[in-house]
Amino acid sequence: MDLNDSPEQAAHRTKVRAWLEEHKAEAPVLTGEGALADEAQIIAARRAWQGRLAAAGLAAVTWPVEYGGQGLGAVEQVIVNQEIGRAGVPGILDVIGVGMLGPTIIAHGTEEQKSRYLGPMLHGDEVWCQLFSEPAAGSDLAAVQARAVAQEDGSWRLSGQKVWTTNAHFAAHGLLLARTDPDVPKHKGLTMFIVPMDAEGVTIRGLRQISGEAEFNEVFFDDVRLESDAVCGPLGGGWGTALTTLMFERLTIGLGSETLGYRADRFAKAIAADEHAKADPEVRRRLGELAVELLAVRFTGLRVLSALQEGQIPGPELGLAKVTTVSAGIAAGDLIADVIGPEALDAGSEWAYMISFLPGLKSAGGTEEILRNTVGERVLGLPPEPRLDKGIPFSELRAKERAATS
Amino acid sequence: MNLELTDEQQFLREAARDAFSRVKTVAAAREALEDPSARPDLWPTAREAGWAGLLAGEEHGGAGLSAFDAMLVMTEAGRVLAGIELLGHLPASSLLDQAGDVRAAAVAEGELRACFVAARPPGDLAGVWTIEPESGSVRLPAPLLAEDGGLTGVVSWVPDAPGADVFVVVATRPQDGAPVAVAVEAGDASASVAAATRYDATRSLGHVSFDGAAGTVLEGVGAEDVARMWYLAQALIAAESLGAVETALAVSVEYAKERFTFGRAIGSYQAVKHSLTEVLRLRENTYSLLLYAGWAYEDGRDEFALAASAARASGGHALDYASRTMISVHGGIGATWEHDAPLFFRRAQLARRLLGGIGDATDRVADELLRAACA
Repeated sequence: MDLNDSPEQAAHRTKVRAWLEEHKAEAPVLTGEGALADEAQIIAARRAWQGRLAAAGLAAVTWPVEYGGQGLGAVEQVIVNQEIGRAGVPGILDVIGVGMLGPTIIAHGTEEQKSRYLGPMLHGDEVWCQLFSEPAAGSDLAAVQARAVAQEDGSWRLSGQKVWTTNAHFAAHGLLLARTDPDVPKHKGLTMFIVPMDAEGVTIRGLRQISGEAEFNEVFFDDVRLESDAVCGPLGGGWGTALTTLMFERLTIGLGSETLGYRADRFAKAIAADEHAKADPEVRRRLGELAVELLAVRFTGLRVLSALQEGQIPGPELGLAKVTTVSAGIAAGDLIADVIGPEALDAGSEWAYMISFLPGLKSAGGTEEILRNTVGERVLGLPPEPRLDKGIPFSELRAKERAATS
Repeated sequence: MNLELTDEQQFLREAARDAFSRVKTVAAAREALEDPSARPDLWPTAREAGWAGLLAGEEHGGAGLSAFDAMLVMTEAGRVLAGIELLGHLPASSLLDQAGDVRAAAVAEGELRACFVAARPPGDLAGVWTIEPESGSVRLPAPLLAEDGGLTGVVSWVPDAPGADVFVVVATRPQDGAPVAVAVEAGDASASVAAATRYDATRSLGHVSFDGAAGTVLEGVGAEDVARMWYLAQALIAAESLGAVETALAVSVEYAKERFTFGRAIGSYQAVKHSLTEVLRLRENTYSLLLYAGWAYEDGRDEFALAASAARASGGHALDYASRTMISVHGGIGATWEHDAPLFFRRAQLARRLLGGIGDATDRVADELLRAACA
């Protein structure tokens, strides 16, 4: 059992740390004194900082060298994440693009798409967004209804709505899952597209959440024209392309979990500040219980890294770590607010945002219920729930749904 | 970074699984409820496998293995509800080994079976070393070692005390309250053990009394060392619970695939599936925390109290939930004497209340974090 870096990893860490030490004063300040306040300024500064990190080899660490990456393993990426956290500077802005969509394009895109899009994505010149979820297609992602219709000249016409789209309001491109054939079963008639966000017919609207902030968007497509080279991956093979993205999503979330800041020691500090609370048996029990879960998740993360190093890809069981993180975070927010009182819910409090953020996180990346189904079936081998949508053309399925609710 | 089991660890685990498979431990767990003599004596198995000296150094004939290796063996014991006296023996053997006690080699060989009579280290709220009371929620002060060398006190619910050859007792000195480890031979006229099996017939427990017993103070063993053994015992119980959780989960999952209601396997229903997934989640958490404890024991000593307490709390909770789920997934049959589920439930019920219990371990997690936060 060894938690230490290998000599190569240690050398990598030293190099990364040295660069950050030298350049951290140039990083944008996002919290505390002298923090940037204007959103446009923040985004511009973070894009420029992403460019600096990319030029130094501190972004897209796992991408192949030919596409601007470092050709290294996930562990080296985590070392970079850890060092960025240690230096107290922001990481890259476009985590979704670089962590999930770029690797999808590398796996499924054409050579033209790779050479056109990957460089600007990596350096923060063009930010990307993920256009998968829809109002009626969340956990059941293959139920997307956004419709792309082929035109005689080879172009496409796209109509529909996407939702929960992070960064859409300043993204240059989006990777979009659309239905191209409604007359086959729902997983089969899908195709992935690269969509320019400034195209005519694209409308982006901020979606405010419990906290009042709008981190997500709704994106509407009204007869948007896409060129024939917008297709990413095989026609009708969009589900397979999407699964690649989702695998990288799991990995990105799994490797970045500590960056959420849900750490036992941080929560303990908040309790320790209250002399009475820290001696209260009930407070201690609640703190102990949630800390047990968070400490476990920390080591689950290390187990994942160790497995990655052995060349294994984390399976769906990693989703259980997300369940644990979210539920322990919720318990921590409740406990701290119970100790502090209403003041903890002040908009300026460090806890109010967390308390508002977590109920939604419970459903992000697949609801907890769907996640437990997936783990139960794929890890424990339990039989699936009977499904009413198997082998039925999507168009008929929709007609049945309408009939059932009318 | 490497958290995979080494080839040696996999071999150790397979060998343990193989050794336990030769005894019908689960059936014996049921029989022993009505006939205590049906509890198999697994000490010869431990000796033969070299587990008695697992933590002892090679100079005393031990294997010099790690705490995590001991946890692997405990997990295999827990998997089949094997009652093996390692929980009492291993921490005691480690202290005898450290002190270079004359009995260290015989204990490492297993010729002498040792028993750790633990005391809980002080926390941030209570500054004294305490032991389990026979009944009630008030913990008692640890036994006292008088200046004339006589050891006095009664410690209840001591794992593996009946039949032990030598006790390693955590006691305090009246002059300064400092803890010492004292070795007392079971044959000492002023030492006695009253066997106290409760609810889980696989677990040998005893109330141990010392009335001015003459013991040997273990040289070079300080407060930090005896505290470390308290937490080692916590980690060992957690590891044992993990094994029982894994069996409970595997048996429940198989049944959920085979049992049909309303034309469907019950495992296809979300309510059943989600319960079983919760067992898996708790299992994964506990295994992660045992890795944490195993690492901290060797390389992160400042964090060992936190890691082991967290593992204990997690393992106890996991087994509690897993054994209840095992019963409910099996329906009515799961609550009958014929089924194995009640044996896992009995194991869970007793295990969670030993050596401070999981409530105490949970409080210790908060304790360690709060102390670090104030430092």
